[in-house]
Amino acid sequence: MFLLFLGVFFGIVGTVYWFWSYEDGGTMMLVGTAALGFLPGLYYFFWHKRFGGRKFFFWGRAPGAGDRPSDSDDATIAEGAGVVDSFPSSSIWPFVLGMGAFFTVLALVFGSWLAFLGVPLILTALTGVTAESRRGGHV
Amino acid sequence: MRSVTEVLNPPVVVDQPHGAAAPPSSGDHGHDGGHAEHGPTGILKWLTSTDHKVIGMSYMITSLVMFYLAGIMALLIRLQLTTPHATLLSFNQYNELFTMHGSLMLYLFAGPFAFGGLANYIVPLQIGAPDMAFPRLNALSYWLYLTGSITMLLGFFVAGGAASFGWVAYAPLSGATSSPGIGGDVWIMALVLTGFSAIFTGVNLVATTFYLRAPGMTMFRMPIFTWNMLVTGILILIAFPVLTSALIMLFCDRHFGTHIFTVTGCHLVNGLPTASCGSPLLWQNLFWFFGHPEVYILALPFFGIATEVFPVFARKPVFGYKGMVFATMAIAALSTGVWAHHMFTTGAVLLPFFSFLSLLIAVPTGIKFFNWIGTLWHGQLVFTTAMLFSLGFLFAFLMGGVTGIMLASPPIDFATHDTYFVVAHFHQVLFGTAVLAGFAGLYYWYPKMFGRMLNETLGKWHFWLLFIGFWVTFMPQYVVGLLGMPRRVASYPSNLGWQSYNIVSTVGAFIIGVSFFILLVNFVVSWRNPVPAGNNPWDAHTLEWFTTSPPPHHNYTHLPPIRSERPTWDYNHPDNLTVHHGPSKSPPKEKVPVA
Repeated sequence: MFLLFLGVFFGIVGTVYWFWSYEDGGTMMLVGTAALGFLPGLYYFFWHKRFGGRKFFFWGRAPGAGDRPSDSDDATIAEGAGVVDSFPSSSIWPFVLGMGAFFTVLALVFGSWLAFLGVPLILTALTGVTAESRRGGHV
Repeated sequence: MRSVTEVLNPPVVVDQPHGAAAPPSSGDHGHDGGHAEHGPTGILKWLTSTDHKVIGMSYMITSLVMFYLAGIMALLIRLQLTTPHATLLSFNQYNELFTMHGSLMLYLFAGPFAFGGLANYIVPLQIGAPDMAFPRLNALSYWLYLTGSITMLLGFFVAGGAASFGWVAYAPLSGATSSPGIGGDVWIMALVLTGFSAIFTGVNLVATTFYLRAPGMTMFRMPIFTWNMLVTGILILIAFPVLTSALIMLFCDRHFGTHIFTVTGCHLVNGLPTASCGSPLLWQNLFWFFGHPEVYILALPFFGIATEVFPVFARKPVFGYKGMVFATMAIAALSTGVWAHHMFTTGAVLLPFFSFLSLLIAVPTGIKFFNWIGTLWHGQLVFTTAMLFSLGFLFAFLMGGVTGIMLASPPIDFATHDTYFVVAHFHQVLFGTAVLAGFAGLYYWYPKMFGRMLNETLGKWHFWLLFIGFWVTFMPQYVVGLLGMPRRVASYPSNLGWQSYNIVSTVGAFIIGVSFFILLVNFVVSWRNPVPAGNNPWDAHTLEWFTTSPPPHHNYTHLPPIRSERPTWDYNHPDNLTVHHGPSKSPPKEKVPVA
């Protein structure tokens, strides 16, 4: 609903702007922003409706409004007991990925030889973080 | 007061992803219930941590380093302007310094300090979450920010020097013809890195706020700071992709022969650009479509800080909670439709549309001021350093806001565009928010982060010198701007009466510099002679003050019942509960007026 609201809001502002100004650039940006709200918003809305808003929502359970303890005025802390989610304690891969991005970006400025350092780091980090997620290991 | 051990069962967090058995839900949490610190220690801990507190702290330290560096650049700029024909800096050095001063302050300090530092650290604590929703993405955000910052500073060490086209990088000045050399390229790539960093942080803030709230922490019980960070996260997702893509286009113009923002070298007919040529004005549209929401990306977090500080030190709940929330949303929505008020003088934008929407922002901002004053009204005010900084923010931002309303009027903008009047205006807005309210947040949450207090006497010296220096620096700039002094000039004629104002402004800047030296002294004093803070030294209201200082790994071993936007207050003051917001099926509580 939030994404759809963004789409509607920018759609209205873009329409008003076009008929007031007939200016291309600003109108395109406003319409583009509206589209970026509508695209994911309608996608989620479709799946939400298809599963009755209560079953599976993309990859997890999609509770109706007020179903989650965090959306309930009267929820007790005990209702939230159990597994909240899985959180990695530490991982070297974000650092490796960051360094890879750093060298790759610098390669565009200082010379492509830096990409020979940056790209392998990125590929290693992406592989590492995927494997880490699959096996649940930590550094 | 009740003791912490009497609270209800906490949510339990596990460290092992996927397939881990759920630990018991009461006092016995297995391997410390996931609250023990795991993983490496020392430098490796810093390199590998995905804990939002470590990442938030890293963000804050890095952004403060950027702040001090940018401050030194500001002092050099002010020294240059003290005399009409100063030779302290060459013209090119001066251009590099004001470009890097603006870039460091806006891209590498104000935003990252707020949404990377304070929000990263505080938001999960305020909603009872064990961490950010995507911890590894959060860590990646920091590394991209750090490497982006290093890349930005690299500009000073490359041939030709750092970027010198201003922090807005207007085309065609930022093109390869006007700004050759790799300083500009380094600047662009630095912002590409930090742009992705900000986008990832925005994703994390929004997801965390929507999905990791504790039981009972409904949307309208979230602290206002968290609300503001949620809206800021949404604004980041709207604004930063535009900047990042525009920067990539600019880089293509400079190196790959595209003509997106430039007409140089493209096909001309009768000396005029054709449809195949680029448009320099497109850069301004794209930049400010990012840039004006960016102003509120920089302002909203600091509004949130002030809204946290006022109620605590006025000993009252925040006045007009929902009004504050809806005003924040209104400001964010309007901020996306006002970008071209920075382009009034181009003659290519619709003046009434952008002027009207710009003036309209004064309404929700006025609601915020009304509610801040309402919060303070008849409160039992305690003038701690954090409170003084927040009050200072009120006055500073009011002045910046009033001159902002003036500049939203095209005739006034035509007269003052590119003068020091505009420089004074945006410094009062951004200094008022990012610095005064930002350091209010630092003084307010420092005890929670480190478990020790900052020295209040030194803090008050810091505030008063900063506050006085602030007005002494920027008020003369309004005047000299109205007298016609343009911005971004390294020298000026001696016969126009501008020098005396510039001298006063420089004195003010150095007073500000002294105040920030005192802050460094305060850090050292706090580090060498620690005064324990306890869990809740301010008798504060929101959830983060319920846990230990500093908080344990995954933040909470216990949580109090959450029945209002002030759960810690309600827990500690059961005879003085917060008046409830919104419908509830729970038995009616005794509503006791608060002092």
